[in-house]
Amino acid sequence: MARPTELLASLAAPARNEWGKIRQPERPLITVGNATCGRAAGSGDTIAGFREALAEKGIGADIRTVGCMGHCYAEPLVTIHYPGFPPLLYQKIGAGEARVLVNSFLVAGEDPCFEYLIGALEPNDTFPTLMDYPRYLYEKRLIMEHCGVIEPGSIDQYLAVGGYRALARALEQGGERVVEEITAAKLRGRGGAGFPAGIKWEIARNAAGTPKTVICNGDEGDPGAYMDRTLMESNPHQVLEGLAIAALAIGAERALLYIRAEYPLAVEMVEKAITDAGERGLLGKNILDSGFDLEVEVFKGSGAFVCGEETALIQSLEGKRGMPQHRPPYPAVVGLDGNPTVINNVKTLSTVPLIINHGSDWFRGIGTEDTPGTAIFSVVGEVEYPGLVEVPMGTTLRHLIDEICGGIAGGREFKAVQIGGPSGGCLPASELDTPIDFDSLRRAGAMMGSGGMVVMNDSACMVEVSRYFIDFTQKESCGKCTFCRIGTRHLLDILTDLTKGRATEEDLDELKELSAGIIKGSLCSLGKTAPNPVLTTMRFFMDEYLAHVRERRCPACMCRELTAYYIDLEACARGCDACVACCPTEAIFTTSNRKKAIDQEKCVKCGECVYACPPEYDAVRKVSPPYLVPDQGVVPLGKDEATEGGEDDA
Amino acid sequence: MRNKVTMTVDGLEISVPAGTTVLDACLDNGIYIPNLCHLDGMEHPPASCRLCLVEVDGMRGPVTSCTLAAVDGMVVHTNTDEVRELQKLAFRMLVSCNQGNCRVCMANKRCDLQQIAKFLHLPLRTKQMRHIPKDVPEVLTDHPCIVYEPNKCVLCGRCVYVCERRGNPFSLSFANRGFNTIVTFFGSEAEGVEDACRDCRACVDICPVGALSFADERERHLRLVEAGKGRRKAG
Repeated sequence: MARPTELLASLAAPARNEWGKIRQPERPLITVGNATCGRAAGSGDTIAGFREALAEKGIGADIRTVGCMGHCYAEPLVTIHYPGFPPLLYQKIGAGEARVLVNSFLVAGEDPCFEYLIGALEPNDTFPTLMDYPRYLYEKRLIMEHCGVIEPGSIDQYLAVGGYRALARALEQGGERVVEEITAAKLRGRGGAGFPAGIKWEIARNAAGTPKTVICNGDEGDPGAYMDRTLMESNPHQVLEGLAIAALAIGAERALLYIRAEYPLAVEMVEKAITDAGERGLLGKNILDSGFDLEVEVFKGSGAFVCGEETALIQSLEGKRGMPQHRPPYPAVVGLDGNPTVINNVKTLSTVPLIINHGSDWFRGIGTEDTPGTAIFSVVGEVEYPGLVEVPMGTTLRHLIDEICGGIAGGREFKAVQIGGPSGGCLPASELDTPIDFDSLRRAGAMMGSGGMVVMNDSACMVEVSRYFIDFTQKESCGKCTFCRIGTRHLLDILTDLTKGRATEEDLDELKELSAGIIKGSLCSLGKTAPNPVLTTMRFFMDEYLAHVRERRCPACMCRELTAYYIDLEACARGCDACVACCPTEAIFTTSNRKKAIDQEKCVKCGECVYACPPEYDAVRKVSPPYLVPDQGVVPLGKDEATEGGEDDA
Repeated sequence: MRNKVTMTVDGLEISVPAGTTVLDACLDNGIYIPNLCHLDGMEHPPASCRLCLVEVDGMRGPVTSCTLAAVDGMVVHTNTDEVRELQKLAFRMLVSCNQGNCRVCMANKRCDLQQIAKFLHLPLRTKQMRHIPKDVPEVLTDHPCIVYEPNKCVLCGRCVYVCERRGNPFSLSFANRGFNTIVTFFGSEAEGVEDACRDCRACVDICPVGALSFADERERHLRLVEAGKGRRKAG
């Protein structure tokens, strides 16, 4: 009987050979980032554009689709391997740019189109490399190393880059040794709570009851977060490998991936990966001839945010309404169908193969002492370079936002960063030196969460932001327990009143009292953390709350009821009609001196005119409270003569 | 005795069979703890009403007593300030979306909310909190013979539990999300539902607040109330 590692080596050898040929092609190779984010940015058109242009020019080149590199600001991303050149990475390649690339570069290898180039993937003498950019230099890509590089649909490419080696090794070591290694690595669950994965596995391993189950929690639902989606779409085999190792560690016979149905591509990629791995003997019966069996299945979640909570997730799997249950008993002891069940986040499981391959000492050397390893954040909002970022734990928020993500876009001021999704908190500039790890963020009033990060500039009203997140949680509350169901609704009611300028100072006390009660009294973490956005914004931005109450003023001019628009006649250009055309309520009229003014009665404060007004004039002003609109003494065109005429008559 | 555990509740020593929950232990010994969602013999208490909070020495913060097994030597406090504050807040929340017209309600005088209000010295119509009715119809009549009033319902889930325990082929369940969560009948258009539900009565009888009632009984009750009002006026 061959050992699993030997069997795997025989599987990987031809794959590695093939991969070598792909990386050093004899003819041009084009890879296009085609995960959900790439597709949304139009990678379908890019691929069609390349195909068409290549056919026209009669060039033989291969086009391959890869996953996502996390550089959302630069999608669609294209890498071109041209013989004699290092692999070159291009940004924002639509169909037109694809044609240009074919015509200028691929035809004769002359002009590599520097205008679209980000850099070369390998060191060379001619081109800047990616490491010349802070984004690439400061990131530490461990979990996402192969994302956007290998084809997610190809198990061979994953094998070629060392895939399933950790599984083979784990099979030889046995489950107990694996649990020891993960415990020694101090790997903490990346789903948000930061519970040590090794301890969870140990509990499930020692718990009575069969069959045991491991579940990969891919029910990612935080607004603006998509780390798990990207991992599942771009490197599904790594998730499966981690899942199989977890199953081995606790002695599970079945594994499930709970993926939300809104992620069709992730479901497709994972399902294909399961089939492919089964065919190679890496999943299913007698894995790598070790005698270990594991059935893996995908379960599609039906769109309830709360099903990411582990007890609700189990209810959902059992065919019941996804409502969290009281813990204890914890799922690791009494889980799916009453048997021990380990539920780990996609990122946690994706980290597992790395630890088995490199050892726990190596892993503990990355990040901080209490939280080793890396963190993946989806940084969205008002930064220059939004996208997925993988950094070592302990990196400060300032470093992440200012250097790696290029700071605030459009030359505006940083105001707050919302970390940890709807249950996280908003941290102001004074907290930016907080290092990213579970404990530091919790101390600052936010939380790690699963990795959503929304960066806001000075145009964001913190009252409105907290209203938005409470609106989300109260809608997604399962409705089971009193505090979460009714309490969050009351919070929303008060916050809505605040944004409309109807609240009193007593309401602010009520907000605090309700929040404290909801945190103490709620059944599950959804309720226990729901008031976090309210509490942190009240702690750091109380002046804004008070402005809404005392002056009926929204300092950021965001709350509609407290804001008004007017056109600065000095800046407005005679004869320009841009704003008139965009106004949905025909509130903008031409004044007697052929400039524009806004009829406040008709204006619905949509803000379209701000965007329509040509930047060279930039004449639309926003003020809060609305009575600050100056009386510019405007008279509509045509009316003035009529009025004068009338006076003459009198 | 081996199968008994002894614990202290509010300074009082009580002995209960091992495996009893703290809530049951207290209720059986005449110590009242407000509760709505708990039923005897529940294997997995839903712990959804969040009223049966107690503090236990050695545990952090108030915990639900329905999910807590009585342990030998446990020291329980049912009336600390923090417990009462949270209970009052939860109660105010419950009545903040409750219709609160007790006079015409079928559950008048046997309603758990009235009992808890009395116990906590709170009014049934709170002035401290805004009144927010659920964004659903006031009366739901999807079922052939049972009427459901969402704004009376406290969503304790007792009806859902007993219906499931009876093994009815059609069943009661929760629907909607968040604040507008309601109890609803799935499969109520199936044949034989009316007879079966009339025989069973479980959900109507178990409802602590009279949110579920048989349509004909409710109509009779409302007529009687009207008549009573008329009589009083005449008198």
